[in-house]
Amino acid sequence: MHPAPSIILFTVLSGIGLGQMTWLGLGIGSDAGAFRWLASILAFALTAGGGLASTGHLGRRENAWRSFSQWRSSWLSREACLMAAAMAAFGLYAAIWCLGGARIAILGWLAAVLAVATVYSTAMIYAQLKTVPSWSATPTPAMFLAAALTGGLIANGAAAALTGAPAPIGWAALAVLAAAGIAVWWQTAAAGANRGSQGSSLETATGLGHMGRVRSFEAPHTGTSYLLKEMAYQVGRKRAFELRRLGAILGYLVPLILALLALWLGAWLMVLALIGHVVGMLALRWLFFAEAEHVQALYYGRS
Amino acid sequence: MTSLPASTPRKLGLVIDLDICVGCHACAVNCKEWNTGGYGAPLADEDAYGADPSGTWLNRIHTYEVQPAQGPAQLVHFPKSCLHCEDAPCVTVCPTGASYKRAEDGIVLVNEDHCMGCGLCAWACPYGARELDPVAGVMKKCTLCADRIYNRNLPEEDRIPACVRACPAGARHFGDLGDPASEVSNLVAERGGYDLMPEQGTKPVNKYLPPRARDAHETGPADLAELAEAETTGFLGWLDKALERIG
Repeated sequence: MHPAPSIILFTVLSGIGLGQMTWLGLGIGSDAGAFRWLASILAFALTAGGGLASTGHLGRRENAWRSFSQWRSSWLSREACLMAAAMAAFGLYAAIWCLGGARIAILGWLAAVLAVATVYSTAMIYAQLKTVPSWSATPTPAMFLAAALTGGLIANGAAAALTGAPAPIGWAALAVLAAAGIAVWWQTAAAGANRGSQGSSLETATGLGHMGRVRSFEAPHTGTSYLLKEMAYQVGRKRAFELRRLGAILGYLVPLILALLALWLGAWLMVLALIGHVVGMLALRWLFFAEAEHVQALYYGRS
Repeated sequence: MTSLPASTPRKLGLVIDLDICVGCHACAVNCKEWNTGGYGAPLADEDAYGADPSGTWLNRIHTYEVQPAQGPAQLVHFPKSCLHCEDAPCVTVCPTGASYKRAEDGIVLVNEDHCMGCGLCAWACPYGARELDPVAGVMKKCTLCADRIYNRNLPEEDRIPACVRACPAGARHFGDLGDPASEVSNLVAERGGYDLMPEQGTKPVNKYLPPRARDAHETGPADLAELAEAETTGFLGWLDKALERIG
């Protein structure tokens, strides 16, 4: 599938921001003044920035507001509604917390539930597509949730380190370990989930399998098309191994080692851990799209 | 609303006869001609006369080679457009309400004024029936020529989809597949019309008629190449017969 930079930025950055909102809403983290401000602003900026980035690939941005209307049937619409609600609830919670110093538990819990539900909806946009087995026949929601909650914890740790507040370093290390395990689980499932893995083939696509072996003899067009650019994407796949190694090292291994070192050398290492995690997750999310195979390409003779 | 209607009283659709299609692309050309000028955004052509032409089409004609276990391979021309599925995944994923299935006749349509061009419906379709127009930024798809089939300004013989009207071979049929007595339903029943990718659970309305079995001549030669061998005469002919007797 075509890896649109806007969607990659959105799912990674907003995921981390929503993860931050979840932990802060649950009351986890310091009450120190500077931390309150920095963590809240970072969470809000990442979520909103990712949200703005997500409109980058739209053909008609002026109609984006209509995506709040179909929450009964559409996961993309649910995501939009839940994200707006999460930002509203967290905004109110953070405003009272930062300005008044009080944490309104019920408001925080509401923000946390809405933030988690938003990440789940984002994952379901992909997990609902039977046409892309590497998204729908794999634990995509678990992978997205683990990434968001871990990124949120690392980001809160970085915000605590920068403001001199106690940072949840041990918890961040544990979260990175758990998220890495879930990422391996997802990757293992995805390795077997190519476009033919769920029973579709050129034979079922054409219905001609009963006559013999089917082969694409001539394509409908000699040039390219939206169908090929969007759903038969192959550019850069040959570097997939190197990119995945880079993503795994920067996204999981480096933050884990830095978090463990931070227990002795100081919490400031959490800032580096956050930078490494974001770069690694961007690489892995690029692969999430670029490597996904769509059944439609069967018609063009792709196996 | 992007919820699907529970059922539609009529199921308008196409029946495509793969036995007859000659792969001339006239249906695709007439489709493009009609749908680029009638309603909504035109169907873009980018770099049309350049090195890398690309454009939006609502109907595309593939050609497949089918190799049976024995005998020669067979070519099958394969037109593909929106199948107007009963359980259309492209409709329910739409976040803006632009994509919908009409309750009265089952046609799947896009309201271009509401579409934000996110492309998710094209991802949800297993058939590649939807294309995001690169110039207009909205999703384009087959409308089953909704602006022809009910159009009283057109002569009656033109009140069928442009692709059906154009087909010189009679390989495309249009009608109500929800009516078991309709001509198209009879065709499907007689010829064993089938669904594309039934495992995707989309319940397409459009049906495809399989190519008929080719004639097999039991008395004919098994190997046609034998007939093409020149008859030998003279010395070689004598040698040939002599060797045959010895052998």
